Amino acid sequence: MRQGRLPLILTFLLPPLALYGIFVLSPYLQAFQISTTDWMGYSAQADPVGMANFRTLLHDGYVWNALKNNAILLAVVPVVTIGLGLFFASMLTMGGRKGRAGVTGVRGTSVYRLVYFFPQVLSVVIIALLWKEIYSPTSGLLNGALRAVGLATPAWLGDPRFAFWCVLAVMVWSNVGFYVVLFGAAMQAIPRDIYEAVLLDGASRTTMLRKITIPLLWDTIQVAWIYLAIAALDGFILVQLMTNGGPNFSSDVIGLRMYDTSFGSENKFGYASAIGVAMFFLTLSVAVLALRTARRDRIEYS
Amino acid sequence: MNRREILRRSAAAGLLATPAAGLLAGCATSGGGDEGDKGAYKGTKSEQNPLGVAEDAPLEVVIFNGGFGEDYAKAHEAMYKERYPKAEIKHSATAEISKTLQPRFVDGSPPDVVNNSGAGQIDFNGLVSQNALADLGELLAAPSLDTPGKTVKDTLLPGTVEVGSYDGRFLVLNYTYTVYGIWHSTKLFADRGWEDAKTWDDHIALCRRIKAAGIAPWTYAGVHPRYMSWPLISTAIKLGGPSVALAIDNLEPNAWKSDAMKTAADAWHQIVKDKFILDGSPGLDHKQSQTAWCQGKAAFISCGSWLESEQKDVTPPGFNMAVAPTPSLGSGDKLPYEAIRGTAGEPFMVPAKARNVAGGLEYFRTMLSRKGAQDFTRKVASLPVVAGATEGIDLPYGLGTVVKALDASGSNGFNWVYNNYYRKLERNLVDAACGEFFSGRISPAEFLDQCQKGADSIAQDSSVKKYKRSA
Repeated sequence: MRQGRLPLILTFLLPPLALYGIFVLSPYLQAFQISTTDWMGYSAQADPVGMANFRTLLHDGYVWNALKNNAILLAVVPVVTIGLGLFFASMLTMGGRKGRAGVTGVRGTSVYRLVYFFPQVLSVVIIALLWKEIYSPTSGLLNGALRAVGLATPAWLGDPRFAFWCVLAVMVWSNVGFYVVLFGAAMQAIPRDIYEAVLLDGASRTTMLRKITIPLLWDTIQVAWIYLAIAALDGFILVQLMTNGGPNFSSDVIGLRMYDTSFGSENKFGYASAIGVAMFFLTLSVAVLALRTARRDRIEYS
Repeated sequence: MNRREILRRSAAAGLLATPAAGLLAGCATSGGGDEGDKGAYKGTKSEQNPLGVAEDAPLEVVIFNGGFGEDYAKAHEAMYKERYPKAEIKHSATAEISKTLQPRFVDGSPPDVVNNSGAGQIDFNGLVSQNALADLGELLAAPSLDTPGKTVKDTLLPGTVEVGSYDGRFLVLNYTYTVYGIWHSTKLFADRGWEDAKTWDDHIALCRRIKAAGIAPWTYAGVHPRYMSWPLISTAIKLGGPSVALAIDNLEPNAWKSDAMKTAADAWHQIVKDKFILDGSPGLDHKQSQTAWCQGKAAFISCGSWLESEQKDVTPPGFNMAVAPTPSLGSGDKLPYEAIRGTAGEPFMVPAKARNVAGGLEYFRTMLSRKGAQDFTRKVASLPVVAGATEGIDLPYGLGTVVKALDASGSNGFNWVYNNYYRKLERNLVDAACGEFFSGRISPAEFLDQCQKGADSIAQDSSVKKYKRSA
């Protein structure tokens, strides 16, 4: 068998590695190189400018404004999404009250699970357009409902006080379903007898969630955290389609800044690459930090 | 623990596939290079073929698929093919010009004709400064295809060459003649007994009556609030003369804070203060606001003359939209009420590295022929830049009012081009300021400050090439 292993490994490993190298790694390396040039994107000519793009970046108020919004997303989206996800998942797996042992889900669990997953099936573009219509000030569902009960009808995406939070809400909405399913599956793997034991000891459902479920799900939560943190540093598609960063840059995010600098109102590809490189390091550090701070001892059931 | 291990691994993979950061890098800078004229198609110049088109050379045309659609272009291509039956024409249409074509420019193999328009337009400043565009001067000097004794230049409406010129070189053919004004429904006004006002005071009085009748006097594209910068700057130019626009285009210090701009901003602030704008307008995009206007929810809207064809599907029969100039501020105005902003729009270009540059120019000559221009008018109900293209054609109501407004405006017509020179200034910076101003969050002075700050930031940006015009 020994001598047969090498060709096997090569045939299975080389093609994906080559693809990864060509389509993922090489563009990354190139982005680093382009970020040190003044390339304008429509000719092959690009002169090296050293770190000039990064110096401009440090003093670019629009970039900092976008970063501030990404920071808010980073602080809010993972917490709210994971919180809601955990809450719904535990209701679906152990929120039921009819069983004496108390470890069944609420009535209609399977239906809920399906419904929560719906947004995951839709493409992000469709979600953005759908919500853009819901938020529409004159003909939108939201203002229609508010009008019906006689409340004020703001311009939502047209108002800098709300626009960013409207997008943030959609981001949470579109993500929660996936984490409900993810956490639900992880909860199924927790042995029932642990719950039965604590229930016998008279623990409330909140204590159960806090002391048993969350510690046992910690690995999964950690992964969710990293995913969501990365998503929060992006947010490009939703923002571009729903507000294009407006009004008055109030909902701008760093990804949109990069896009606008290259394909939008300007074509400074060198500078946009510098933004991309900055984004790369930001995302990397956030992910590493998330992994570090969330590290705990792993619990084995058996 | 296997499943978790997989999740862990995929999380790590997710890290490397950091969203969007790698997006830009997909387009390498390595391709292309200066190959000069290698592989360019050239024919022999003759009286019949003044541009030297190689008759069997293929021609690739990329059309912006927007308000005008692509059928008019297919008709032009058929006319080209009629003259050069051996030429193979490759037609494509896209709504995303820059994303689709950027790699091909870098690669050095761009199409021969590009209709660089729409939200995904490529910034002309960058294209010009990178010498990516072919000089169209030869086209101007060539004889018109079907107007005997005239050159192509002779058949163009005034201003067409100026608007497409950068540092004296004619690089961009703007094919349609666009009039920017304030639109209303003739039917709505006739039914209610309203009459469009010629002075600002009368306009405000009329707005009051309209509001009292339960209709919002104004609406605008809140998502693209720059639409409202057009009437505001027009008001300032009519007050202070064309030099107001010249200063803005040339990025002169405090051009946005001239007395004329201050007076105009103060005047327009009235419609914000008096709540003459349809509720929720700041959250509407151009389509939504125009549709609200077509439904009679608002009386006035600011737009260019593409409005009629853009709204074709939702305009009720008998709506009869009409364009009017911005009202005069008073007797001190340097330009009369009739003066209106008219300019060539809808840019077409031939990339410098196109293989069939001569064919591209010849294609333009076909578009600018009387036959080509009239066919365009019939198909999309808009004015091409060719003089007399509308003769003998039944114009739709709105376009009829556009032609009349242009005639009345005559030599008093005006225009500005800072939006062509510095796309970001209008699309991003003035746009954002307009959004704040017309939703009532900032004062006229703060509005002009914000615009000026934007203009200053462009003026100080050494990576942006600057252009000047003298008249």
